Amino acid sequence: MLNIGGLHEGVVIDHIVAGHAMDIYEYLELGKLDCCVAIIKNASSKKMGRKDIIKIEGPFALDLDTLAVLDPNITVNIIRDNVIVEKRKLRLPEKVTNILRCKNPRCITSIEQELPHVFLLTNPEKSTYRCAYCDEEYKGQN
Amino acid sequence: MKHVITPLDLSVEEINDILALAKDIMKHPEQYAHACEGKKLATCFYEPSTRTRLSFEAAMLNLGGKTLGFHSADSSSASKGESVADTIRIISCYADICAMRHPKEGAPYVASLYSRIPVINAGDGGHNHPTQTLTDLLTISERKGRLDNLTIGLCGDLKFGRTVHSLINAMVRYPNIRFVLISPDELRIPAYLREETLDAKNIPYKEVSKLEDVMPELDILYMTRVQKERFFNEEDYIRLKDSFILTPKKLENAKKDMYILHPLPRVNEISVEVDKDPRASYFEQAQYGVYARMALILTLLEQNKKEG
Repeated sequence: MLNIGGLHEGVVIDHIVAGHAMDIYEYLELGKLDCCVAIIKNASSKKMGRKDIIKIEGPFALDLDTLAVLDPNITVNIIRDNVIVEKRKLRLPEKVTNILRCKNPRCITSIEQELPHVFLLTNPEKSTYRCAYCDEEYKGQN
Repeated sequence: MKHVITPLDLSVEEINDILALAKDIMKHPEQYAHACEGKKLATCFYEPSTRTRLSFEAAMLNLGGKTLGFHSADSSSASKGESVADTIRIISCYADICAMRHPKEGAPYVASLYSRIPVINAGDGGHNHPTQTLTDLLTISERKGRLDNLTIGLCGDLKFGRTVHSLINAMVRYPNIRFVLISPDELRIPAYLREETLDAKNIPYKEVSKLEDVMPELDILYMTRVQKERFFNEEDYIRLKDSFILTPKKLENAKKDMYILHPLPRVNEISVEVDKDPRASYFEQAQYGVYARMALILTLLEQNKKEG
């Protein structure tokens, strides 16, 4: 694997579905950070075949739980003094705003563009999110 | 502030209180003839609905209140592009309570987020219609004398019928309820309702495609319309439609105290000959709808007054 170098302190977002690192980068607005950010695309993975990884240097305070909504495979490691001090388990948030979009053409959000797209976790076991307005189940990006 | 957007916004206790109030109104209408004097109900109907709108207006007039509103999106500021949020902010200045119907699902919920007066969902697309559910519960309670220990047959379009979904969600909160779901394969209840409501709560049910076979088991038969456009082809429609039309012949095996409900309008799914059967309760159901709405309006206004 290409060696990007060690991380003294920071966050490693691992097991991103190959090709989706830039989506996560955009979502977390990592472009606005002053610190060093490395994006590794198509790294080999025993579990996934290919995967993407993002390494972010420095103390990092962001709500990472929403990443689980975007990609349930993602794992997050917190690094301090060159060692993994925490393998953070992402928990699906009860409510997400403007992360998922309702595609139900009968939903009020289809005609009122300024309304926030709000989804509620209705079945944690099955990771089911439903639109707060019309109850439509979220069924993935595509 | 209390709004009623889905049938589940009301607890079982609240529903029981509303039904008890509706029954008292039924017995002593004169005692409630001035209960809402000086109050105004806004009927904000973004799509036409004769029955529900008139039922709401009749309810408010019976309580001594007044009504104002619009009857289609064309005659409201929505035609100029005004949002539901802005409309309800304005309506809040003019009225004390609002009944809203909208073709888009979730619109009354949006209104409730911005409203200074109680909002009642009077139907949002194919989504929720809580006052129809209250009406159905009042009818069942009046006819059977109870809301528990019942086998309820739901017949027709169980896939798209919002009244059916709401009634299932409301009835599973009462003890010892069993459902018999009678529909063509194409129009069975949605998987999420089967899994998240019936299976999750261990509610007994069976799915069948012939009304006659299950008729003797039923305490209530809730009929809905099977629309031709829901079928993939005309042959299936012609083959299946008669199975879901209620006739006096099919009622021969039914219990003497099995009551027939229908949210109306009826097209041809209940033969007009059934209207004479004492078990046919769908026209009384429309009358109960006025009492249920009177009780709900009164309850929400009283609660709002207490909250100051």
